Amino acid sequence: MNDSSPKGNAYYRSLARNISLTVVLVSLAPMILISALILYQYRISHYEKVEAHLVQLVQKHRRDIDAFLEEKLGDIQILADNFTYEELSDTGFLQDRLQALQKFYNNAFVDLGVVNKDGLQVAYAGPFRLGQALYSESSWFQAAKTQPYVISDVFLGLRGLPHFIIAVKQKWKSDVWIVRATIDFVAFNNLVQNIRIGSTGFAFILNKNGEFQTTPHGDIESGSHPYPEYLLAATPTEDRVHVFRGMNSKNSENIYAAAMLKDGEWLLVCQQPVSEAFSDFLKALKLTIMLLVLGGGCIVTMAIFVSRRMVNRIAQADLEKQVMNQQIVETGKLASVGELAAGIAHEINNPVAIMVEEAGWMGDLLEEEELRHSGNLEEFKRALDQIKTQGKRCKAITHKLLSFARKTDTRIEEVQVGEVIEELVVLSAQRAKYSNVQIKTDIEDGLPSVHISQSELQQVILNLINNALDAMEKQGGKLALSARMERDFIVVEVSDDGPGIPQANLARIFDPFYTTKPVGKGTGLGLSICYGIVKKMGGDITARSSVGKGATFRITIPHGK
Amino acid sequence: MSIANILLVDDEVAFVEAMTKRLKKRDLDITAAYGGPEALEVLDKNPSIEVVVLDVKMPIMDGIETLSEIKKRHPLTEVIMLTGHATVDSAIEGMKRGAFDYLMKPCELDQLISKVKEAAARKHAHEEKIIQARLKNITGRRT
Repeated sequence: MNDSSPKGNAYYRSLARNISLTVVLVSLAPMILISALILYQYRISHYEKVEAHLVQLVQKHRRDIDAFLEEKLGDIQILADNFTYEELSDTGFLQDRLQALQKFYNNAFVDLGVVNKDGLQVAYAGPFRLGQALYSESSWFQAAKTQPYVISDVFLGLRGLPHFIIAVKQKWKSDVWIVRATIDFVAFNNLVQNIRIGSTGFAFILNKNGEFQTTPHGDIESGSHPYPEYLLAATPTEDRVHVFRGMNSKNSENIYAAAMLKDGEWLLVCQQPVSEAFSDFLKALKLTIMLLVLGGGCIVTMAIFVSRRMVNRIAQADLEKQVMNQQIVETGKLASVGELAAGIAHEINNPVAIMVEEAGWMGDLLEEEELRHSGNLEEFKRALDQIKTQGKRCKAITHKLLSFARKTDTRIEEVQVGEVIEELVVLSAQRAKYSNVQIKTDIEDGLPSVHISQSELQQVILNLINNALDAMEKQGGKLALSARMERDFIVVEVSDDGPGIPQANLARIFDPFYTTKPVGKGTGLGLSICYGIVKKMGGDITARSSVGKGATFRITIPHGK
Repeated sequence: MSIANILLVDDEVAFVEAMTKRLKKRDLDITAAYGGPEALEVLDKNPSIEVVVLDVKMPIMDGIETLSEIKKRHPLTEVIMLTGHATVDSAIEGMKRGAFDYLMKPCELDQLISKVKEAAARKHAHEEKIIQARLKNITGRRT
């Protein structure tokens, strides 16, 4: 920023800051709002998609598991319905049935047994030695006595291995008896353990007490599950899939989808870490934030850059305005001084006229007889002539001053360039004398008149003369003015042998506000105004100079009208 | 007999006095006036004045106004305007209103005298023409 700015640097700094802030706010606010809105919409739709996927998965596997259980239950039911208590109580017969089932179901059934009303296993087919085992205290047996069938929770039982029981109650005469089958835990467990959601999600089954019915994934410890409230709140007949989020024991957030199995006794749960389920959204979020930061950075940089440039221009314009204002004041002062000078010049004419007339009268009297023989007659005459001569000189000076002061108009008229130069040389003679400058003129004879504004031509040439005198003010020198014809142009040259203009400055001397004079001495407008005037006349103005050898300004004015 | 009968009008008393003395010495019959109203008064009283030398810049009634009034009252009287440079435009304005010529101050006495002579000659020529016309008129009616 320009140090000489009229309003001070603090003003322009605050202006630049305000412009930057406004640009940044106006640009960033809509960008952030739109990004946030799009992200929000994307997040909602992505969540819905993930949830829908989980719900679908849970529903499918619930159907599969329920179908598995119902199938096995159906088989046992058929066995109980189609054979009598006596037939099934025959261990060999029961062994045959077990083999048939195992063959069909690829070993899903581990064993078969027939239990009487007192809980005593009257017949047993299977790998364990469980003949005559007493189940009267078993929970499944208690349940089987009151219900047509029972599918138990997974338990260790007498054999010490995880398994569960399918038991079907039958009536024979007035007593009840029960056909019991053990389902291979591995076969059942595989149904659930093979469920994979993404790369780290998995599934498991809980009973109503929150105990695992399948082998849980390593991340989960039995009894530390985060959803007992849900189990308590859920009704056994509820068909809906419940989706919710919660923290696990390792403090990472998971999304859960859960649905009831086995007539509301078991709960199938699918679990996936939120970081994985919403990884696409998180990626989009990261990308958006990155783009926002980059875009924001660009906007802020541009805003600062642009506002600085704008403020620099404003400061420059303010400076130019200030110089123009000074120039207007100066011009006004000059005009007043000009008017004053014109008034004085006019008033001087009267006393000078009187002096000249009185001297003339004295001359007349000297002609009379009695004074003719005075010894000093010749001296008197010489003195009177001198008064007349100096009176004429006064007249010439005041007339030139008056004509210069009066002709500030731009009326186009026939102008003799040579006369204008001579007139200006007379006006500048006194100043040149004090600066020890000799003025030479070389006006070609028979120059044609040109059709321009006389006062403007005067202004241009006087400006060049004054510049030359300024340049030679210290050490004096020679000023040469010439006018000649070159083809269709009148060429006027103003040459001095002052210090000259450095090559670097030469290209800029006709620019407005360019000055090499000390502060307060020049406005930097003189030559630019000259340039404008000469161009308006249809001519041209050029300068050539070398340091130490003076400068020459050349004006060409077309005369062909 | 004098070369011409002149009325010199200027508010600068010293100028008028010096000029009067010098012109009288050169056989001109000269009357002085120091303002427009006084000049008109002199002209009314003295119809033999042939040429008026009139300064343009004067108080109360300036040269142009005075000229208009003179031309209204005495159309045949010739007027030479005398002016400083700044009022050249008004001198030209005076020419348009019937002044014979203008001179710039300070002027050469010889130049002034020759202009006065020319003005007087024109006045005489005008008068001659008028007399001829009247004579013609009178003789024309008689025949």
